[in-house]
Amino acid sequence: MTQTTPDAPVRRQRAQVKVRTLRTDRWWITPLLTFLGLSSFLVYGVWAIIDTSNFVEPYIAPFASPCLTTSAVCDGARLFGWAPIGDWYALPPGLLILGLPGGFRLTCYYYRKSYYRSFWLSPAACAVQEPHGKYTGETRFPLIMQNIHRYFFYFALLIGAILTYDAILALVHKPLGLGSYILLANAVLILGYTLGCHSCRHITAGRLNHFSRHPFRYKAWTLVSKLNAKHQQWAWASMFSVMGADLYVRLVAKGIIAFPFA
Amino acid sequence: MSYKAKFKVWRGEGGEGRLEDFTVEVNEGEVVLDIIHRLQATQAPDLAVRWNCKAGKCGSCSMEINGKPRLGCMTRMSTFAEDETITVTPMRTFPVIKDLVTDVSYNYQKAREVPSFTPPEGVRPGEYRMQQVDVERSQEFRKCIECFMCNNVCHVIRDHEENKPAFSGPRFLMRIAELDMHPYDVADRKDSAQQDHGLGYCNITKCCTEVCPEHIKITDNALIPMKERVVDRKYDPLVWLGNKIFKRSSK
Repeated sequence: MTQTTPDAPVRRQRAQVKVRTLRTDRWWITPLLTFLGLSSFLVYGVWAIIDTSNFVEPYIAPFASPCLTTSAVCDGARLFGWAPIGDWYALPPGLLILGLPGGFRLTCYYYRKSYYRSFWLSPAACAVQEPHGKYTGETRFPLIMQNIHRYFFYFALLIGAILTYDAILALVHKPLGLGSYILLANAVLILGYTLGCHSCRHITAGRLNHFSRHPFRYKAWTLVSKLNAKHQQWAWASMFSVMGADLYVRLVAKGIIAFPFA
Repeated sequence: MSYKAKFKVWRGEGGEGRLEDFTVEVNEGEVVLDIIHRLQATQAPDLAVRWNCKAGKCGSCSMEINGKPRLGCMTRMSTFAEDETITVTPMRTFPVIKDLVTDVSYNYQKAREVPSFTPPEGVRPGEYRMQQVDVERSQEFRKCIECFMCNNVCHVIRDHEENKPAFSGPRFLMRIAELDMHPYDVADRKDSAQQDHGLGYCNITKCCTEVCPEHIKITDNALIPMKERVVDRKYDPLVWLGNKIFKRSSK
């Protein structure tokens, strides 16, 4: 690109366009839909934490899994008989574990983009002026804490494995119900989202500069990269699937869904 | 098949200017830059526009068309309705010299602040031995044509002029990532990316990726991997401990 000469008579002022944006397309639709989608997830999550109908043999609601207490309705002890909290804990079981997958999504690189755009309008869309007078990004507290995303990833991987275990328990149960397949689909989507995470991509081999010296890690990186390329789609699909699977189990537990093979 | 299109084009020197209305002929197959040239030829001989290759490879004709950063030479008129008024303005993040021509020297200044490729001592040019898989990531970034639309659209400096000294923009953070991933580069770029070039300002809203005419995945393949490398260095005690125990280099 042609460089301006140092002595070019430049008045150092950008074009004083007086409007927030000159875009003529409906740029506000995506942030609006994102806002509604993420808000619905938050509202559902709060309800799911409060609601106690989270277990019906052989299903456990994903928002309550793993159940680490024996006092709750979920009857703990599904995780290899392991219920470390015991029976003294009387609060909703979801409170014990939801911080981990919640933190994973909160610090996820895709979700950061979506809520910075839709909730914080920073920016709402490309080339649309943001309303804030000052911007420091993720350089200071609290947003500098986004850098702990990889630790949430480790826990999210564990939760993904537990949800898979829950689905397998439901699948081996006789008679086999529709809920087993719903839990399985949810587990697959959760794992697809978790394994496609940018931190996972970095950990497998992204941090290396010599792929050729680490062929297995490089292979893992290429697989994760394939998932990562659709991380946004996995994020939305797994978010709706976890809500859907959770709601399904609760409706079965409440007796609202009562058809055969439910 | 030709028709008359309505255009609003930014005219003025420095920041002071206004949108001027034009009605101009459009022919089949033309791009926005063709229309700007027709305006120069027929109605506004002093209209300033920077252009060069007309093939989307020189990065000169960056402008904003209906508010979106685009290359004038790669924006087909057929993508607009015939009765649509098309607004053409200069890149908003950089000072205007005249009409559609901006002073992009901010970018050259930032380019100079990135230390160049630094090979290990004792390895001379011609002695580098790399496999294709080791350089593939960096090769994607070499497609950059330096149109500076990514830096133009980045809200960190587009909406906050005061951040310009601290933030180098996606273009040069990508350059740092390219060098940091290079198998033969030994310079320490992680601390510098965060402290000197403002990587922490990036909130990964991906506008740079959206506008890139070369379709480089700037955010996913350069900025986020670089952020993760900075986390290794500055925010992850386990990596720090592992480096100490196994005496690994953090480069």
